[in-house]
Amino acid sequence: MLQINNLYARIGEKQILNGINLEVNAGEVHAIMGPNGSGKSTLAAVLAGRADYEITSGSVNFMGKDLLELAPEERAGEGLFLAFQYPIEIPGVSNTNFLRTAYNAIRKYRGLETLDAAKFLKLMREKMKLVNIDQALLSRSLNEGFSGGEKKRNEIFQMALLEPKLSILDETDSGLDIDALRIVSQGVNALKTKETATIVVTHYQRLLDYIIPDHVHVLYKGRIVKSGGKELALELEEKGYDWIKEEVAAVGV
Amino acid sequence: MAIANKNTEQTALLKAVLQQFTTFEATLNGQAQLPLHTLRKQALKRLEQLGFPTIKHEEWKYTNLKNLVNKELLVQDELVQPSEETAKKLLQLTDLQDNLLVFVNGVLDKKLSKISLDSSQIIVENLADACKKYPELVEKYLAKLATDENNALLAMNTAFIKQGVFIYVKAKAVIEQPIFIQYLTDTTTNSVLVQPRHLIVLERSSQLTLVEKYRSIGNGLGLNNAVTEIYVSPNATFDHYKLQNDTATVSHIGMTEVHQQKDSRYHNTTVTLNGDLVRNNLHIAIDGENCESYMNGLYAPTGSTHIDNHTLADHRKPHSYSNELYKGILDGKSTGVFNGKIYVQQAAQKTNAFQSNRNILLSPTASVNTKPQLEIWADDVKCSHGCTTGALDEEPLFYLRSRGIPASEARALLLFAFAEDVLQRIKVPSLRAYVEDVIGRRLNVMSGE
Ligand SMILES: Nc1ncnc2c1ncn2[C@@H]1O[C@H](COP(=O)(O)OP(=O)(O)O)[C@@H](O)[C@H]1O
Ligand SMILES: [Mg+2]
Repeated sequence: MLQINNLYARIGEKQILNGINLEVNAGEVHAIMGPNGSGKSTLAAVLAGRADYEITSGSVNFMGKDLLELAPEERAGEGLFLAFQYPIEIPGVSNTNFLRTAYNAIRKYRGLETLDAAKFLKLMREKMKLVNIDQALLSRSLNEGFSGGEKKRNEIFQMALLEPKLSILDETDSGLDIDALRIVSQGVNALKTKETATIVVTHYQRLLDYIIPDHVHVLYKGRIVKSGGKELALELEEKGYDWIKEEVAAVGV
Repeated sequence: MAIANKNTEQTALLKAVLQQFTTFEATLNGQAQLPLHTLRKQALKRLEQLGFPTIKHEEWKYTNLKNLVNKELLVQDELVQPSEETAKKLLQLTDLQDNLLVFVNGVLDKKLSKISLDSSQIIVENLADACKKYPELVEKYLAKLATDENNALLAMNTAFIKQGVFIYVKAKAVIEQPIFIQYLTDTTTNSVLVQPRHLIVLERSSQLTLVEKYRSIGNGLGLNNAVTEIYVSPNATFDHYKLQNDTATVSHIGMTEVHQQKDSRYHNTTVTLNGDLVRNNLHIAIDGENCESYMNGLYAPTGSTHIDNHTLADHRKPHSYSNELYKGILDGKSTGVFNGKIYVQQAAQKTNAFQSNRNILLSPTASVNTKPQLEIWADDVKCSHGCTTGALDEEPLFYLRSRGIPASEARALLLFAFAEDVLQRIKVPSLRAYVEDVIGRRLNVMSGE
């Protein structure tokens, strides 16, 4: 589904990604962990198509297409979804109107029939149950005045509506209490199929008790320096990142 | 104040106007003996002495009248019957069809107009007729607010006072149905100078909603030099809307002078979309306690349109509130000016004045000059102001696009949200829907690739 080959990216003069290699197949859950500032959010943003970053070399293939050639909206149309670490507030754009516009834009991209307001509302009601989101939030401006947890829930709600093939959750668990965490991870698990894949970027192993990863990677200084199974996450939780940093230093990168 | 030195060189417009005054005078017949005519002649003399302002004039630094005043325009003071086709172009809106006044080149077209209001509550007349029917009323209020001796454009308007609307709302009369004035500037046969003069008086505890809409037809040149004087008596409420969407060869210079007495409310919403050069002067003298004044503005020019909003909230008495929100979306080579003054006079303690001007530039060749001016002489006041100008934010745009919304649609959504802040203050439902639709379509075009 996704192949990232030797990806380098920078912003201005600052080199952030230093040769990322990663393969994600349908049906898999990958966790990416790593200390603050390693480049996790940058990787996610580069995949989603944020223009601030300059790709200096490497390639990304998604569903057989050259991902880096596509506009952000085309990437979404192809089935890529990023749940943002810091979802932005957009005053004046109603959440519902935004969701319907996005839903229909993606349907159109995929050559599917678009839904009128009434039909969309029905669909929305169904999906709402999945993440236990409050109706009141949907009639408000997009993320405006939402609590941290509400914003994260709204991200997962969008994911549920837009039916992506690959979802990247950037620290969706940070700052959530255990109830919110459960709801979010139940949502993610409910949406999991053999045809879809998930990349969860996280700081905390706790999330991985709810969303069980097939692979765990450690991103450090813009590279994946270690990969393993779900037990790697437990090891990191216990020992922190210093031993990884030391290993990297010993190899002399 | 001393009158500035006589300009040695007269511009083409000035020459044309001075010449046409004699012809205009002849149309006044017996009216030329009345005191009003002395006012006209004095104003004409002032105009001749002042000449039109240049960019050296502080108030006209960013709005250059040079092109405009070098054109000969034909003074309009008699009705030219519009074609049926033109009449069909008039806007029909559900809340606004019962009380419609149509001005064609500044002259009231009685055939296209209709007023179905109770005349014991309100007087709605052509100013020319009001001068005959209600001379004392007109004399009491006309040219008592718009008195700036150094304003050449005001002088030009005053010199030709004849046509316009006179509205007098009697005490305690609550006029539920809005009055809708549509102005057509028709330049198909001539290049025209249109100079309506409006006088609106709301007596104590009365209430009125007025919607003014300007548009033009034809490819000729036009200048609409309008002056409106508004008196809002104690405890009266006036909702005032002004929409402008002229063609690219028609300019508009509007002067709105408002006088508010205690406990009154004046809400102004000005939406400007198109024209050659547009200058809106909106001055509110807040001359009583416990007044509320709203100034809402939206401008969205494209091409090489120039839109200049000059506003003044002049707080003269304590305990009043003014709130100003002006927003601009500029595309192409268009230029904007926002000049918002807040004066808080020494007596105006406990004033609460708020001002905000925000602009989005959609093209690298569009620009805005924004200048908030706060002059505060009282010490116990709450005043805030802020202005921002920049491109459309990339962050929200990326967010929307990452959800599959194409760039142009995402831009239109964000721009509409930006504009909606102002539009939601429109209280007449069908008017709001109409303006939202026009703005929505404009923003779709602006957002396209
Ligand atoms: N827009 C930006 N401008 C400058 N530096 C940035 C920008 N975005 C990220 N960085 C830098 O890139 C590095 C990686 O950041 P990020 O991808 O957010 O890390 P992580 O998500 O792993 O904590 C950090 O050093 C950060 O300061
Ligand atoms: Mg991050």
